[in-house]
Amino acid sequence: MLCSFFIRSLAMLALTGIAAAQTPPSVFRDDIAQRVQACTACHGSQGRAAADGYYPRLAGKPAGYLYNQLLGFKAGRRHYGLMTQLVDPLSDAYLLEIAQYFSQIEAPYPAAQRSTASTDVLARGRVLVMQGDRARNVPACVQCHGQAMTGVLPAIPGLLGLPRDYVNAQLGAWRTGQRRAQAPDCMKAVVARLSDADIFAASSWLSAQAVPTDAHPVAQRPALAPGALAVECGTAALPVATRGQP
Amino acid sequence: MNAITKSALLAALFITGAAAALWAVNVRGEVDVNAPLSDSPSTPALIERGAYLARAGNCMGCHSARGGQQYAGGRAIDTPFGAVYTPNLTPDNATGLGAWNASHFYRALHNGRSRDGHLLNPVFPYTNYTLVTREDSDALFAFLKSLPAASSPPLPNGLRFPYNLQASLAVWRALYFSPGKSGPDTSTGPAAVMQPQQTAQWRRGAYLVNGVGHCSACHTARNALGGEDVSNNLGGGLIAVQNWYAPSLVSPHEAGTAAWTTEETVRLLKTGVAREASIGGPMAEVVQGGTQYLTDQDLSAMAVYLKSLPQDNRPSQKIAALPSATITTQGALLYEQHCAQCHGVDGKGQRLADIAGPAGGTMAYPALAGNRAVTMPQTANLVQVVLNGGYPASTAGNPRPFGMPPFVLLLSDDDIAAVLTHIRSAWGNQAALVSPLDVNRIRAKQADGF
Repeated sequence: MLCSFFIRSLAMLALTGIAAAQTPPSVFRDDIAQRVQACTACHGSQGRAAADGYYPRLAGKPAGYLYNQLLGFKAGRRHYGLMTQLVDPLSDAYLLEIAQYFSQIEAPYPAAQRSTASTDVLARGRVLVMQGDRARNVPACVQCHGQAMTGVLPAIPGLLGLPRDYVNAQLGAWRTGQRRAQAPDCMKAVVARLSDADIFAASSWLSAQAVPTDAHPVAQRPALAPGALAVECGTAALPVATRGQP
Repeated sequence: MNAITKSALLAALFITGAAAALWAVNVRGEVDVNAPLSDSPSTPALIERGAYLARAGNCMGCHSARGGQQYAGGRAIDTPFGAVYTPNLTPDNATGLGAWNASHFYRALHNGRSRDGHLLNPVFPYTNYTLVTREDSDALFAFLKSLPAASSPPLPNGLRFPYNLQASLAVWRALYFSPGKSGPDTSTGPAAVMQPQQTAQWRRGAYLVNGVGHCSACHTARNALGGEDVSNNLGGGLIAVQNWYAPSLVSPHEAGTAAWTTEETVRLLKTGVAREASIGGPMAEVVQGGTQYLTDQDLSAMAVYLKSLPQDNRPSQKIAALPSATITTQGALLYEQHCAQCHGVDGKGQRLADIAGPAGGTMAYPALAGNRAVTMPQTANLVQVVLNGGYPASTAGNPRPFGMPPFVLLLSDDDIAAVLTHIRSAWGNQAALVSPLDVNRIRAKQADGF
């Protein structure tokens, strides 16, 4: 009993060490960074993602994308009890402010994961991401997410710097309907045309790529490749009070 | 006629008599839905008044499903007897109130009976709405009729036998419902809405609290059959299935406001935060969808009424056992690591300096020292807040609230029990310890919800 308490205390001291390194200075500030400490407890300091690979990075993602996700939890398009009950009492205007805050954070990205997938799988993944699969009407990921896969403003997220398991989980959730986006839900249509092997190949290749030096989302999608199908995606309207503001 | 036939006849007679009496009890004071209606047209002013009353009752809160159209129903209300799905209040002909008239609507509020005659489940708090006046009912109805119609068919309720039977409801109503009043006939109880000796402000407060505001639906304890404990109106109740405790509004140890200024109560209901309290859990939904929209005049009336209620002056719970030294050390250590940064090493919380004067200082992080939400006997809310974290509602008066992170993945039941025991006994707080079992009960019950 005493021994286990001792071990627990040691573990807690270790945890404190991590917490001290992650949390901002303990001086209270009446600002948005202070207000989102309920978020960074799981999503990591500055929203850089948690070590466990489950709570995704928020820092630097397009504000429109983050805002869509927050509204998605409220509206039941995304399902995670902890998130839902945190965002439920918050106004759309406040959620937009939170999304904008995290979108503006410049924080270093983790190194690419080393993939254990075979060369064939990685090659297949690269083809899917860069060219898609015309025969099955699968657009290239880069067609929407940007040639450098760092996302496109205002609401398309980047695909690099994410753990493979996270990407797998999201695409899988789209397939089962557990994760949805505003109509028209373009990702639902894309994922429906992918096999499990395709998803695994794409996520394996993506997670093995280094994030480029300029990781910012770009201003617009690349020009449509000849013969490629245009993809239309839904997004949230901005809250009334902030509409028209930059 | 032999003895068996005779007893059978007697039994049949008795059953028929009982059924007739039950029927009579259930139709007493009933609204005549066939009476001719005044054909006064719905006016913008009437609709606006109805919209305001719908805010006062936060009708939208229950009658909207997540992601669905407002007022189109479909939200599951969990009860110990099974789930009840709220119906569509939009004026859709086939699935909503399209075919209803104002008398049908008033009968639903006043008598708990639907348009087609079936008895409504009291999860729809007609035990409170029975106090709503005909004029207010007509205004609410005009407002609902003005909404865009949505096709949203009623979902069959998930009540278990025998709670799913109309006969069971009839018996329940005979026990716990009488139209036009709710609760005991005392000078301050809900039936006293019309007390002539009280001020108009007090009566308005009583009407809002006990009628359309239906505060007792959560803040009054319910018995095993779901009947409200009318002898202890607003004395606090555990919200079944959700595992949040709606604190007593008449206890100085819980959320009683007898010692508060009416301004503070108004501020709490309007903004979600006051000097000594902040609102979380299911009540945040009430503030967000309801009370923040009420006029200061109405909120003051509610505050005056609540302040006037006879207080439950029973002493707070006795401390049965003191925590062990190990728990005390563990709790203090955890507090320092996870809580002190926001709530302060002295448990005094953190205020903003945005409002001058003695009542000023919006609460950013609540004080834990001397906080009744920390020391009240029921610990369900404390456990909920530590497990899941949370934000108070964004309101016009507090648009950017500060939040608490969830600890469900970080702290064990033992840890949470220790840290809660610590905050309930530090800085002069004197409340009973929290056991790991108290924590586990709530953690285990919500596990399937996530």
